[in-house]
Amino acid sequence: MMMRFGIKAGLAAAIMAVGLSAAVFTPANAAGDAKHPAEMNWQFDGLFGTYDRNALRRGFQVYKEVCASCHSLNQIAFRNLSQEGGPEFSEAEVKAIAKEYLVEDGPDDYGDMFERDALPRDKFPSPYPNENAARAANGGAYPPDLSLITKARGGGADYIHALLSGYEEAPEGVEMRAGLYYNPYMAGGKIAMPVPLLEELVEYSDGTEATVEQMSMDVTHFLNWTAEPELEQRKRMGFMVLIYLSIFAGLMFFSMRKIWADLH
Amino acid sequence: MSGESTYNPSNGFTKWMDSRLPILRLAHDSFIDYPTPKNLNYWWTFGGILTFCLVTQIITGIILAMHYTPHVDFAFNSVEHIMRNVNYGWLIRYIHANGASMFFLAVYIHIFRGLYYGSYKAPREVLWILGVIIYLLMMAAAFLGYVLPWGQMSLWGATVITNLFGAIPLIGENVAIWLWGGYSIDNPTLNRFFSLHYLIPFLIFGVVILHIWALHVPGNNNPVGISVKGKQDTVPFHPYYTVKDGFALTVFIILFAYFIFFAPNVLGHADNYIQANPLVTPAHIVPEWYLLPFYAILRAVPDKLGGVALMFGAILILFLLPWLDTSKVRSARYRPLFRQFYALLVLDCLLLGYLGAQPAEGIYIVLARIGTVYYFAHFLVVLPVLGIVEKPKAVPESISEPVLGAQPAE
Amino acid sequence: MADEQNSAGDETNRRDFLYLATGAFAAIGAANIAWPLIHQMNPDASVKALASIEVDLSAIETGQSITVTWRGKPVFIRRRTQGEIAEARTVADTDLPDPQNDAERVQKDEWLVMVGICTHLGCVPLGQAGDFNGWFCPCHGSHYDTSGRIRKGPAPKNLEIPSYEFVGDSRIKIG
Repeated sequence: MMMRFGIKAGLAAAIMAVGLSAAVFTPANAAGDAKHPAEMNWQFDGLFGTYDRNALRRGFQVYKEVCASCHSLNQIAFRNLSQEGGPEFSEAEVKAIAKEYLVEDGPDDYGDMFERDALPRDKFPSPYPNENAARAANGGAYPPDLSLITKARGGGADYIHALLSGYEEAPEGVEMRAGLYYNPYMAGGKIAMPVPLLEELVEYSDGTEATVEQMSMDVTHFLNWTAEPELEQRKRMGFMVLIYLSIFAGLMFFSMRKIWADLH
Repeated sequence: MSGESTYNPSNGFTKWMDSRLPILRLAHDSFIDYPTPKNLNYWWTFGGILTFCLVTQIITGIILAMHYTPHVDFAFNSVEHIMRNVNYGWLIRYIHANGASMFFLAVYIHIFRGLYYGSYKAPREVLWILGVIIYLLMMAAAFLGYVLPWGQMSLWGATVITNLFGAIPLIGENVAIWLWGGYSIDNPTLNRFFSLHYLIPFLIFGVVILHIWALHVPGNNNPVGISVKGKQDTVPFHPYYTVKDGFALTVFIILFAYFIFFAPNVLGHADNYIQANPLVTPAHIVPEWYLLPFYAILRAVPDKLGGVALMFGAILILFLLPWLDTSKVRSARYRPLFRQFYALLVLDCLLLGYLGAQPAEGIYIVLARIGTVYYFAHFLVVLPVLGIVEKPKAVPESISEPVLGAQPAE
Repeated sequence: MADEQNSAGDETNRRDFLYLATGAFAAIGAANIAWPLIHQMNPDASVKALASIEVDLSAIETGQSITVTWRGKPVFIRRRTQGEIAEARTVADTDLPDPQNDAERVQKDEWLVMVGICTHLGCVPLGQAGDFNGWFCPCHGSHYDTSGRIRKGPAPKNLEIPSYEFVGDSRIKIG
């Protein structure tokens, strides 16, 4: 009898914990007036989420040909493109991709810095040498680094996708200063980034039609990987851990019952 | 509480050891043959769970420190280095980050268990006070640790909290500058916070040993709140409570693992994945969830010094609790009125936690003021008065009695 | 009566099995937790990515050496003179503390590539010094010859040859 009461209590504790997290972590919406991003059905969501390699590769192409002219990807090295759980390019492909970039190295024997072809171990070079240069080139706005962008924005991947494909004409009465664009998903509705994606802006090497929707899905998929490259390994391991713990909890429970049974 | 030790060294080495450093005897008497009330429910398993949390935080913390760089230019990137390059680094960091939340979840359950069953009452006042000290140290450790990844919320959370000290009359500003080692949160601050964040868990460990010592002198309280009368009321700690604590701990770890593997950032804040920038403040500065009730109290008061005073007062009042509660009956089971006020206190704390996450405006401020008033009233008015006014239900003769009474004899 | 005893025995067996299974499961869990905690100290992905380097040899004249860093260790690359090669080849291998033929230690006679760390206790030897006109370790007095073989002193082994390959006439890849 005591045991039954105890289990109820434990269950109550667990429910309280989950409830508490749900109640407290619905964060105060920083952007009270921003439109809520549509919830997309990502392949990387859920207990068994994995990345879609083709989407990652297409997304990388969009990043490379569109985003990279203003946005850095500081945390990512070329070698990451071939690692497990990512776009999984072959090592030869990664070498070829890296070779398209120049990185600064040095000092050489004369003390000078020099440029050389990037190697797989190098990180993606930034489009601007520093934040001030980036601001100067973008009318005072700083294009944020994209490595962690889906983790660094409240709405995650849904928000990035909505933002990229959600540009609209400014409604009546909203005055837009030059250099600002109307986007209902942005807090305040005004964003300094010009419309980034246009129909057929890139030519996908796998033949997929490059609609705005397709490109924004793909690049968001890719950016979710750059933010959480461990996602596949994490979810796989997590599933095993939960199975193990459930069995172990069962064994502990029955051991406990046997031990306590002596008492009565 | 046991008068004599039942430890009986079995071989030459343990006999030799026992007459020199009786540490095995201590362990035996404390965790094997320690007489424990036989009616403890699952709310009592959180002591063991908390020990697990502390050890987990210390181990993962020591590992993270092997890879982390406490410098404003490198801290953020070194955390990403841990997440991306270090073998299983993401696992270890997610355990540590979510471990802090799980630690607080467990400590809140532990504290509210103590409040419900009157575990702070004589002869356990010192045990309770040591617990409050541990709680304070935990908050300090959590706050300092949150600064280390050097994200936006790290920087601005630290700015807000350290500015609280500016509220101290006359010397406030100098205290803040002294804490910072400069004129704002910067590299010297990050370095000292790292040093102190590494130190505090070991202080906690020390106080935990005192806490357990202070527990083992009067012995455990229990759900009926009646002192142990004799051998028939207790069972040895091992195996009865080792296995029960072990089972509860496993269930607790299932919840913990869910967060680590499937929702590792739900308990954090998105802004902390943006590197700290002293020129831009995030739209809303929100502390970690476990500090939200205090944050709500702070913001409920329109005066800087007053807000800070009440916020710290909300914790310090717990030190006086053993003397504020005038009732001689420990367990809420026999205190019907107290039980209702207790439920109100739980709801009040949840409400304050919710309000701490909302913007400080309009109805939220009004509710936070009501919540704050009740919080203090509960301890300063309700508990002292209740002890005099309330008529407790009949309390059983002994621990064994209600258990036997509930079951027909076989 | 006998029946009762049997079922009691069964009960004990089942109980022992349960405890054993629980204990075994706990041990499996502990082992699985231990591995990430240990493995995190092994070289990480960024360190492993730096594990090989390419070196351009074209600027090195005969009789010159350069030192490059590989895995945080100095690597000596020496373009040997004919005299040094001849000296290295005339020694009878069997007289050496760590017998090895010079030909086993080089890919091209001219180029000697080796890790510049004394095999005694890890100091960096000085070049073109010591009794054998090779390398000399000042820490505890180990003498190496023009092939980097230990000849005198406390060091037990010849200087280590890293794995490397020529990726062009005058480029090598170490690691």
